[in-house]
Amino acid sequence: MIEEPFAHGSTLFHKRDSRVKLIAAGALSLILALTDSFAVAGVGCLLMGLLLWASRPEPKILCRRILTVNFFTFFLWLTLPLTYGGNESIHFLSLHLSLGGIKTATLISLKTNAIFFCFLTLLATSPLANLGHGMEKLGMPRKFTFLLLFSYRQLFIIHQEYQRLQRAARLRGFIPANSIHTYRTYGYLFGMTLVKSWNRAERIHQAMILRGFTGSLIPLNQPPLNTKDRFFLALMLLLCLFLLSISFYKCPYAA
Amino acid sequence: MTLSKPLIELRNIYYSYPGSKTPLLQDVNFAISEERIGLIGENGCGKTTFFQIIMGLLQAEKGEIIFQGKMISNKKDFRELRSTLGFLFQNSDDQLFSPTVLEDVAFGPLNMGATPDEAKEISISTLEKLGLHGFEDRITHKLSGGEKKLVALATILSMQPKLLLLDEPSNNLDPTTRERLINILRGLKQAHIIISHDLDFLASTCSQLYTIQDTHLRRCEDKQIHSHEHVHPYGDQPHQHGT
Repeated sequence: MIEEPFAHGSTLFHKRDSRVKLIAAGALSLILALTDSFAVAGVGCLLMGLLLWASRPEPKILCRRILTVNFFTFFLWLTLPLTYGGNESIHFLSLHLSLGGIKTATLISLKTNAIFFCFLTLLATSPLANLGHGMEKLGMPRKFTFLLLFSYRQLFIIHQEYQRLQRAARLRGFIPANSIHTYRTYGYLFGMTLVKSWNRAERIHQAMILRGFTGSLIPLNQPPLNTKDRFFLALMLLLCLFLLSISFYKCPYAA
Repeated sequence: MTLSKPLIELRNIYYSYPGSKTPLLQDVNFAISEERIGLIGENGCGKTTFFQIIMGLLQAEKGEIIFQGKMISNKKDFRELRSTLGFLFQNSDDQLFSPTVLEDVAFGPLNMGATPDEAKEISISTLEKLGLHGFEDRITHKLSGGEKKLVALATILSMQPKLLLLDEPSNNLDPTTRERLINILRGLKQAHIIISHDLDFLASTCSQLYTIQDTHLRRCEDKQIHSHEHVHPYGDQPHQHGT
């Protein structure tokens, strides 16, 4: 199973209903993703960082995740300043770095991290099963939520099955090399995993039907929204408004 | 329970695998109300298929299934039948699909219209009856093989079925868990049909024995004198065997 290192805790983010968090995360990430203002992205990143800090994530795992995400922004920093073009440029170690490129890379980095923090604070603090049920309650297509919930549960088993087959091959002396034999063997392994997963899916479906499944998953733990949830949602939407309002404010220093 | 109306009855059932010319089951006639039946037979002789036909997972080519005196003819009838019959799969991994034990055990009751609170209550009491107290929040795929089997049994018992169909329940169980399962099954009020190759297991849980031989379902005679060859440490010393 995919680990959920941030899903368990007792902060106010962990206690809130998944529906409220889904709406808040959707609204906030939409604003952050669509903005082209440094102020909005910067303030957003800062605020999301503060909220994330309040949800008390495990520092070690958090750092690893931040590094993973910024591994991608790192490539932007490698390419954009050199390729973006434009009239303004900075000379650095005999390189012409485009100012526009640096600005774009900064903006993208800020936005990426702000949205990432937002998701860690609001979504990663709920177990995935709750998010799935929350999505269904919010009227997301049922097929989509099933897909999410079942891939989450079954990916692990499929992976295990693949490993078992791979082990069986290795135990019989299979050493991967650049040969037709290797490619064929991997082809068989993938094919067999696919067939096995298909059969398993069919049996699980049977098990579900036998226990009265008629097409809708009924969540076990989904208490109705309470006042705190509503208050939290209102607060998050106010935060959205605040971020939106920044973009209308003419900052004298903004480019 | 009236004797005239069995819980479930199969009449003249015929089945062969799609695309296969040789039939797997022929002229199967069977009825059960409150009996505890063991089913033995060679690998691939159609034991599991027999269960799947009863549950409506496979459709017989010919024949009738009568459930509580009523002929089963459509999906809706099968839905009713399935809520009364519990089928324990050979592989528990196929049966447990929810992240936590409690969610899995509550899945059936929820589908049958129980409120979340009721479902929770039924599930916890079912788990307790099986000696699985405190298992509610365990992750299903991280359980041991024996625990998985017992939890899978709980997922079925939580639907309060009248008849249990158990497909090789004692497979891969260690002696302690096997003994525990025997005691559980003996203590249940439900009728059951158990597929197994473990004759001792069947002897301690069933009162009748059936077998599928040459595509036909037959009842075995009650007692047959036979001997076993067996091996264990100190076998050359005079010794007694437990019952």
